[in-house]
Amino acid sequence: MLHLILFLFFGTICVAGAINLLAQSHPINSALSLIAVMASLAGEYLLLGAEFVAAVQVIVYAGAIMVLFVITIMLLNAGKEERTKGSRIAILIGVPGVVIGGVLVAWTLLHRPDMQTVPIGALKGDPSAIARLLFHQFLLPFEVTSVLILIAIMGAVVLASRPEAIARPHHSTPGPQETRKLVATGKDRR
Amino acid sequence: MSITAFIVISIIKSVIVLGILLTAVAYSVWLERKVSARIQNRWGPTRVGPFGLLQPLADGVKFILKEELTEPHVYRPLFIAAPNSSLVFAITSISVIPFGNWVDLGPWGTYLQITDLNIGLLVVLGITSMGVYGVALAGWSSNNKYSLLGGLRASAQMISYEVSLGLSLVGVLIITGSLSLRDIVDAQRHLHWNIFLQPVAFFIYLISAYAETNRTPFDLPEAESELVAGYHTEYSAMKFAMFFMSEYANMVTVACLATLLFFGGWLGPVFGPPILQMILPVLWFCLKVFFFMFLYVWVRWTLPRFRYDQLMAFGWKVLLPLAVANIVVTALIVAWRA
Repeated sequence: MLHLILFLFFGTICVAGAINLLAQSHPINSALSLIAVMASLAGEYLLLGAEFVAAVQVIVYAGAIMVLFVITIMLLNAGKEERTKGSRIAILIGVPGVVIGGVLVAWTLLHRPDMQTVPIGALKGDPSAIARLLFHQFLLPFEVTSVLILIAIMGAVVLASRPEAIARPHHSTPGPQETRKLVATGKDRR
Repeated sequence: MSITAFIVISIIKSVIVLGILLTAVAYSVWLERKVSARIQNRWGPTRVGPFGLLQPLADGVKFILKEELTEPHVYRPLFIAAPNSSLVFAITSISVIPFGNWVDLGPWGTYLQITDLNIGLLVVLGITSMGVYGVALAGWSSNNKYSLLGGLRASAQMISYEVSLGLSLVGVLIITGSLSLRDIVDAQRHLHWNIFLQPVAFFIYLISAYAETNRTPFDLPEAESELVAGYHTEYSAMKFAMFFMSEYANMVTVACLATLLFFGGWLGPVFGPPILQMILPVLWFCLKVFFFMFLYVWVRWTLPRFRYDQLMAFGWKVLLPLAVANIVVTALIVAWRA
């Protein structure tokens, strides 16, 4: 009973946050809705008994990745997005389409013979159990993921560094004589 | 224990701990003013009550009665929500901090801790990482270039030093084998304090925590001479008081974590009748936390502040490799001994 109430509570926040993310016109509001989605997902993980994953979800996703989103939105000074006139055909076809698709998916999922529910805290989620899984069964995916993240970091560093340093690495800044020549002929500006 | 007794005891514990925490936050302001005054060879608050002890009360009344400036150019929802969320996240982490042992009150008994989670340390780390939002959103919503710069700098600094903060604690976790704060303290019995086993990790933790709480020498985001007042430029009265309180509450959390993880928490000589045996661990805990708060103030008024690029370089290029090296060495030693 309490399980159902808590599940519905976190699920409602999650879905409402996701819908709000799409409905808001200012990107900072969308980012905050996404934070609410992440936090409610952490609550759902807690309900399943995966407490380590819930804590890590808050630390990494809601606490670091979303901070980067918010910092980017703040730096780029992204304003309210412009709203164009909605297309009537899109609404006529889209809304019934979504409703029918949702009903189909829900009906299929609920009527499978091997569907079962999991009570509160059914999974073993303590850190030692996860560590055992991570370093015995899933060692190769773990190491490959870390290499993947390293490649992403290197790509970010390359992308963020000065473009001249990459495009023309053999050019250095001109000395005093060359600078005077460039200024005299007017070639010191692009 | 029945469910009603559990709920009643939890509510009583929460109220008591919250009351003590807010009083501690108010009086840490008094401590800062007195110690900073003595370091600078002057008196500090002396007029309001004996030794200026009622000064925090006067400050509280001032903050409540002060005029709230209503600026038309700010983004209202986030402007109001940012200091609130900062304060909420700063106060929440006290809920997993243990103060002492088991106490028996008649037919019931309880741990001196609001709740003993088996991932207590991760919860504290998660809450501190959520505390970055208050600063970032305050800086942005103020619609003011000084606040925006201060907010951006503060949030970038906080997420950079969170990494070395977490990694410095992994050494302690390797030795203890549990994330529960109570287990970490229990593993330090008989003077096996982690400060002797993990001195490098202690210093990395302390430095990262000073940067995380935006305190000198890492307080460029709120430096008065550099950025007007950084991210809380546009805030007045109660909202400013909330930022103030959240900064000192974060300091209290850091001090509590440092005593629990490195200095043996509530462990200390315990003797005498049962009532004294229940109170003495709490006394040792409070003394150690007080020492760390004093250290915070002492460092603030002794050292100059870092430039921003020096600050970021230090966090990523010095503290992070040191923390990782500490983990590797600790893991090697523990594996070799097993």
